Amino acid sequence: MEAFLHQVLAGLATGGIYASLALALVMIYQATHLVNFAQGEMAMFSTYIAWSLIDAGLPYWAAFALTVVIAFVLGVVIERVVIRPVENAPVLAVVVVFIALLVILNSVTGWIYTYTIKTFPSPFPEQPLFGIKYMSSHEMGAIGVTLAVLLLLYAFFRFTPLGLAMRAAAQNPESSRLVGIRVGWMLALGWGLAAAVGSVAGMMVAPIVYLDPNMMGGILLYAFAAALVGGVDNPGGAVFGGFLVGVLENVLGAFVIGNELKLAVALVLIIGVLVVRPSGFFGKVYVTRV
Amino acid sequence: MALLEVTQLHAAYGQTRVLHGISFAMEAGSITTLLGANGAGKTTTLRALCAMVKTQGDIRFAGERIDGRATEDIVRLGIAHVPDGRGTFVNLTTEENLRLGAYTRRDGEAVEADLERVYGYFPRLKERRAQQAGTLSGGEQQMLAVSRGLMLRPKLMLLDEPSFGLAPLVVRELFAILRAVNERERVSLLVVEQNAALALELADHAYLIETGRVVLSGTADEIKRNDAVRSSYLGY
Amino acid sequence: MSRRQLIVLAVVLALACALPFLVSNYRTFQFTLVLVYAIALLGLNILTGYNGQISLGHGAFYAIGAYCTAILMDKFGVPYWATLPVAGAVCLVAGFLFGLPALRLEGLYLALATFALGVSLPQLLKNHHVEKWTGGVQGIVISKPDAPFGLPLSPDQWLYFFSLAVAILMFALARNLLRGRIGRAMVAIRDHHIAAETMGVDTAMVKSLSFGVSAMYTGVAGALGAIAVQFVAPDSFNIFLSIVFLVGIVVGGLASITGAIYGALFIQFVPNIADELSKAAPWAIFGVFLILFVYLMPAGVAGALRMALARWQAKRQND
Repeated sequence: MEAFLHQVLAGLATGGIYASLALALVMIYQATHLVNFAQGEMAMFSTYIAWSLIDAGLPYWAAFALTVVIAFVLGVVIERVVIRPVENAPVLAVVVVFIALLVILNSVTGWIYTYTIKTFPSPFPEQPLFGIKYMSSHEMGAIGVTLAVLLLLYAFFRFTPLGLAMRAAAQNPESSRLVGIRVGWMLALGWGLAAAVGSVAGMMVAPIVYLDPNMMGGILLYAFAAALVGGVDNPGGAVFGGFLVGVLENVLGAFVIGNELKLAVALVLIIGVLVVRPSGFFGKVYVTRV
Repeated sequence: MALLEVTQLHAAYGQTRVLHGISFAMEAGSITTLLGANGAGKTTTLRALCAMVKTQGDIRFAGERIDGRATEDIVRLGIAHVPDGRGTFVNLTTEENLRLGAYTRRDGEAVEADLERVYGYFPRLKERRAQQAGTLSGGEQQMLAVSRGLMLRPKLMLLDEPSFGLAPLVVRELFAILRAVNERERVSLLVVEQNAALALELADHAYLIETGRVVLSGTADEIKRNDAVRSSYLGY
Repeated sequence: MSRRQLIVLAVVLALACALPFLVSNYRTFQFTLVLVYAIALLGLNILTGYNGQISLGHGAFYAIGAYCTAILMDKFGVPYWATLPVAGAVCLVAGFLFGLPALRLEGLYLALATFALGVSLPQLLKNHHVEKWTGGVQGIVISKPDAPFGLPLSPDQWLYFFSLAVAILMFALARNLLRGRIGRAMVAIRDHHIAAETMGVDTAMVKSLSFGVSAMYTGVAGALGAIAVQFVAPDSFNIFLSIVFLVGIVVGGLASITGAIYGALFIQFVPNIADELSKAAPWAIFGVFLILFVYLMPAGVAGALRMALARWQAKRQND
């Protein structure tokens, strides 16, 4: 029982990370109906930047904040420079560009930082927090950080005029232009935010999986699964899906199929959801009257 | 000086040319209507004014050329477009739809006041302020579209088929409010309508468009008395 | 085929036959891999280029073909040439089965599902339930066949000719398939699947079949590749292999049979040159080329050549 509880809690911690990345995917999906295959590599690249900053002597949280800002700018620049020209291109062209981005970020990171695995610090103490023994302090801290990010995002989209404009631009670009919203920039902002959220996920997962250019491959897959389980156009569902996938992965990996088949959980979930219920289990059904 | 002056406006969707050199003008404070049959180019004219279709020709707003500018910038000059099909943000609430109308404004307190003002015009929207806009009835969505336009505090409002698909009673109510908006707030209206009788009742000037050209213009009364218009568009 | 095309074909074939006698054994081995990749790319092109179904996981079918051959040779002593039809058949079935659920997935989602397949495959191969067949992380080592009938050829030269024969057969079959009724149905589905359906094309059948045939081609390539490199292991079939194939068809030319050859030359030799810069350089170059081709040359090398030829002919007629 204790072991089970431990696995569930550890699952929640990684689940939070999947949730963040899934949310990043959903944000871009909602605005463009595209799934960003490079989302994981963007997060990985940002995490390396954080590593450099910490390595240069910056205190952890300063490096954290600076990384989030840099990731945001990177996201905006990528949208403006690389994605914009294929905005209205066929799906295949866009997918190819995403894959190109994945490959470029991966190889450039390998070029700059080598493929040697690096450790990445956790900002949380070694001793368990509050004397809770089922969870490491990093796991608890990661859950806390994830929840804080999710709350901030929710507040931003729900209560600020800019957040409202971004939601409007995502669902009805033409009407948005007619009220004066600069739709192109809203898309770029969306990419920036997604990249920023992804960078947090990267920094939270790096102490667990260590830092290497391929660290995000599997995690991206779990994030895909999370986004699909939750409904790829539903941010709340994606977050729930993230936690669910995290717990499933840990519990199944520990007790049922063994750790070496963990990725198969993601594969089965992705194909299963896509075939059985493409709108996800929380996918919105829009009510419209004409 | 005319508020809006359009000279030799051409427009096309891809290869299909729709406007063949339309020219018209409207005075500040007036209500002008563009009449014409289905496919004459009325909607395209309105879309052309907001740079939502590729155009050639000269468009001046308050003496300034606006053709070639982006839609978002034209809106900032005070031109509100109430589009064909209403353009509702169906997944947002009624109130969020209205707040988007005031997106370009920076006078927060006045926006709150304007919100109450449009709720005054359309109390039904106030009842449904927290409701998903996609669930509103057709008439309510039209009211919402007009209100969203008003939230810009526009100088000029472009209305595309405001009566389309609405019950006669609702149309009467809506047009009364449009007249009030024009008189009280000095908002000029450019109305596109298939229902010519209705439009001529509201407007003081009218242009008749056929296959992408203006074929007749005058005051609403003159147009009403024109025999060709009477037999083709008014049906008496 | 026009007379000029026949002449070009004959010259190319003559060059291809002379090649192993002109270059070193190692170069011959590299050209064998070019043939292997060309078959794999043709397979992916049948699915993605002609039928419009995006696969980011074709490395999986390449791996299945490779493992089929390795296991048959290593565990059952089957001669190398006899493993190819088996590998092809297994992949045909595997592809067809994967294609059935994929029927319900449009563009992006299919890309996602196949991407997931490509990423998770190495882990599946390492799994201890199949370890006694697959050799786990260690993989399987197989031996290189000698030339039969006492032919005076080195093993590398022999394998090159063997691969060339297989490639010619596969290309001829593909040409017939794609120029025929089924090929037209595939393109019709890609360009407008609703219209294709109303014209009486059994879209479900054609799409699954495309998936099966495509996987079969890539599987045969995998089998040949395993024989050529004499080794299979899970980590040589990671997601980046699938991405290499994608690079190959984009650079070579989508929906082009000859494009598969240009693409194969590209993915075989460009990394060799770039490797000297850095271990990461080939990939950076692949990435940049992908973007450049999408922006500037969406029809790939094959399309660019076709255009250049047309221009040259037009010019000649004008003179």
